[in-house]
Amino acid sequence: MILSPINLAIFSIVLLFVPVLLCALIRQNPLVLRVMAFSLAAFASFLSFIAGLWTLSSGVTNQLILPIGLPALPFHLRLDPLAGFFLMVVGLLAFFVSIYSIGYVQGLGTKRPISRLIVFYNLFIVGMLCVILADDALSFLIAWEFMAGASYFLVLFEDEHVENRRAAFLYLVIAHIGAMAILLAFGVMAGVATGFGNFDGYTFDSMRQATFSPQWATVAFVLAFFGFAAKAGVIPLHVWLPEAHPVAPSNVSALMSGVMLKTAIYGIVRVTFDLLGSFPWWWGALVLVLGLISAVMGVLYALMQHDLKKLLAYHSVENIGIILIGIGLAMIFTSFKFTTMAALALIAGLYHTLNHAMFKGLLFMGAGAVVHATHERNMDEMGGLIHHMPWTAVFFLVGCISISALPPFNGFVSEWLTFQAFLLSPSLPAPLMKLIIPLGAALLALTGALAAACFVKVFGVTFLGHWRGHNRPHIYETCWPMRIGMMLAAMSCLLLGIVPTFLVNLLDGIAETMVGSKLNVAASGTYNWMWLTPMQPERASYSGFIVLIGIIITISIAYLLFHLKSGKIQRGDIWDCGFEKLNHNMQYNAISFSMPIRRIFGFYFNIRERVRLMPQLTSPAFPLKLYYNLRVRDRFWGWIYKPIIEAAFGISRQMGKLQQGQIHLYLIYSFVTIIVLLAVVL
Amino acid sequence: MSLKILEQVNSFLAALVLLTAFAMLAQRRINALIHVFMWQGLFLSISTAIVGFIANKHHLYLSSVLTLSLKVIVLPYILHVLIVRLKIRKEVETIVNIPMTMLLGIGLVIFSYHLTRPIMELSTFITRSTLSVALATVMIGLLMMITRKKAITQVIGFLAMENGLFLAATSATYGMPFVVELGVALDVLIAAFIFGIFLFHINTTFDSLDVNQMARLKEDI
Repeated sequence: MILSPINLAIFSIVLLFVPVLLCALIRQNPLVLRVMAFSLAAFASFLSFIAGLWTLSSGVTNQLILPIGLPALPFHLRLDPLAGFFLMVVGLLAFFVSIYSIGYVQGLGTKRPISRLIVFYNLFIVGMLCVILADDALSFLIAWEFMAGASYFLVLFEDEHVENRRAAFLYLVIAHIGAMAILLAFGVMAGVATGFGNFDGYTFDSMRQATFSPQWATVAFVLAFFGFAAKAGVIPLHVWLPEAHPVAPSNVSALMSGVMLKTAIYGIVRVTFDLLGSFPWWWGALVLVLGLISAVMGVLYALMQHDLKKLLAYHSVENIGIILIGIGLAMIFTSFKFTTMAALALIAGLYHTLNHAMFKGLLFMGAGAVVHATHERNMDEMGGLIHHMPWTAVFFLVGCISISALPPFNGFVSEWLTFQAFLLSPSLPAPLMKLIIPLGAALLALTGALAAACFVKVFGVTFLGHWRGHNRPHIYETCWPMRIGMMLAAMSCLLLGIVPTFLVNLLDGIAETMVGSKLNVAASGTYNWMWLTPMQPERASYSGFIVLIGIIITISIAYLLFHLKSGKIQRGDIWDCGFEKLNHNMQYNAISFSMPIRRIFGFYFNIRERVRLMPQLTSPAFPLKLYYNLRVRDRFWGWIYKPIIEAAFGISRQMGKLQQGQIHLYLIYSFVTIIVLLAVVL
Repeated sequence: MSLKILEQVNSFLAALVLLTAFAMLAQRRINALIHVFMWQGLFLSISTAIVGFIANKHHLYLSSVLTLSLKVIVLPYILHVLIVRLKIRKEVETIVNIPMTMLLGIGLVIFSYHLTRPIMELSTFITRSTLSVALATVMIGLLMMITRKKAITQVIGFLAMENGLFLAATSATYGMPFVVELGVALDVLIAAFIFGIFLFHINTTFDSLDVNQMARLKEDI
């Protein structure tokens, strides 16, 4: 076997099946099983990362036909730079998360067999890798369903709670509605490519070569986009995300949010840019507008949450929105033939894809560590964790800064690139776009600001202050494998933030094949690796490295000024305004922090706020206790999902009236049917 | 005898089958109903034999004998035993009153003549005129199943329907292949046994043979 990227990728997939077999062989020793299984998974993921990086840097495309599958349609595999990039994303985060899982799974307790987690965890990664490698509709859909099925069982891991089963069911339903739409889209494309007489149309190669009429191309695109949007959690198809992510084990949430949603992004890019090829501008506008809605609404919903993992799940909606903004802009620019701008927007979207995988993976790992230590998901029951878990606090802070798009970390780079795509946009011929582009830039800015506010809340409420809960458990710092997993993710957040040119140069290859133009960010100059210059240096450029140096210098000066002179910092009691009865409840908490934003954007939510005073018997002016109850609900559930569910039940109830249990009635049904059919046919 | 006369005889027998079907619709006593059913079987078996003679298909004679033994002797005997065992002495209970059912039956006959007219114009078989009668018999059998309350009358309705189908098969295509007819005959016999067992069970479960009682089996939503 010759060593090539695709062979390496296949080898890593085969290697991922080994832990599944290990579960059958060594069941009696959970410790050995856990360490071996997750080490192997980490190694295999790392290999697929290498395979992806190799493809991306060499720019070659490997193809392979496996002798399995249908007789007329064996599995076609293909590893081009685009697939290589996503292979890299999946491999890298799966590598970190697998290391993390060595420690994390230990804490899940002995109630449930961990073999179930190991089996589906590995099959889940296999599914994602196969989706990316697939080069025909059949193998793509098989891998897609494999991924959905495995993740369903992972969501259902703690299946003794009703809400977990409900969340898993909701996830499965939406995943299958999406898969059905994708199946139909591929069917349309195959039918246009070669007709339905043979199976050749189902390979992506023949779809690439086919020319689509505008109507059929639109049908295929709308179906495919709907299907992938259901998986990616684009508003209004996002409802499963905040249900499924919190109940899954945290290492699984990290993978689901970090990379599984990205397979949907991969699907959108693959279908629009690669398979369909040319498109009208309004497709891009559709993607852009839905991306903007998801970004703004996602972050607003996130702000209202006080469940740590649910909040992160809503942030996934926001970040998918930001990625889609980049991709939508790329589509708009491509259809107007501004190829360099399209390359910039596409690179921004893809860069954010990798970044989101890194920092969201990191944040979910951190949240897993916190939830594991405190046995609590409600932020208002936490506080002051920085004293007990300093390592986790630092890594979590890195994730918070990255997701808030602050320099010098990676989130800033990709959001900055997206902004550049907005701001450097040439005047577009469509009048609607002249309106949407500046509005989009403004909404993206709003999103960034709200995300920053949200993560001030998350970090502040969880790690700072005092413990807010009632009875405080003994909190340990996390074990070393978990720390290493989070540390690696934090390091890559920093590296992607300070040396973005390396990755942008690699992504140039994808941009060239997809939109037909390169960006050439580092064409000339001696220190060109330091400066990220999308267009001309006089327009805009950014150097993460210099920003980092600036930050380090500022912090050092501040440290020198305040810490070296002893006696300048004193620790004392909190000033209590003379009240003298301060307790742990008298702190800022998640609900109070988000209150101003709730007041401003309250009309987006279904809010029910109840305040009840318990007056003292002797004097009603001095209440004994105050009860505050807040419920914030997603309006989309009431707007879209509830009517559909109610309609389904209503129709079923009406149909149920046919079933009266009377034999005569059933006989009359068949009698009338026969008579009508005879009368109509003859 | 010439073919012409035989054809007339066959049409006459078919008319008698239809007449017995109406007689079944009109009949109020279960014992008499079984007798009418016997007569229908007899006419059917003679008609089959005549068709066999006209078309020179020898296996139709066997079918004829099979029909005679099953539908004139065995099934009426089984039904009779059932009536005695289940102590059914009452009249036939109907949902729609009898004149109304007769009118519906007449409507069905007209409908089936209307339906089979294009077939009769195309067909070259001399038995083609009986096809509409056969179709009418099937529909009247179904009508009987719908309008009767007691399970046993529904069984008879079902068997009458089967008679109609048999007549349709002989008149439209000079009979099915013999293997198929054997199979059908066996099916009918087994159906009769199953109905018998079933009726016993219905009777013991609900203390009645009224199928309206079976609505209690339905799950509540």
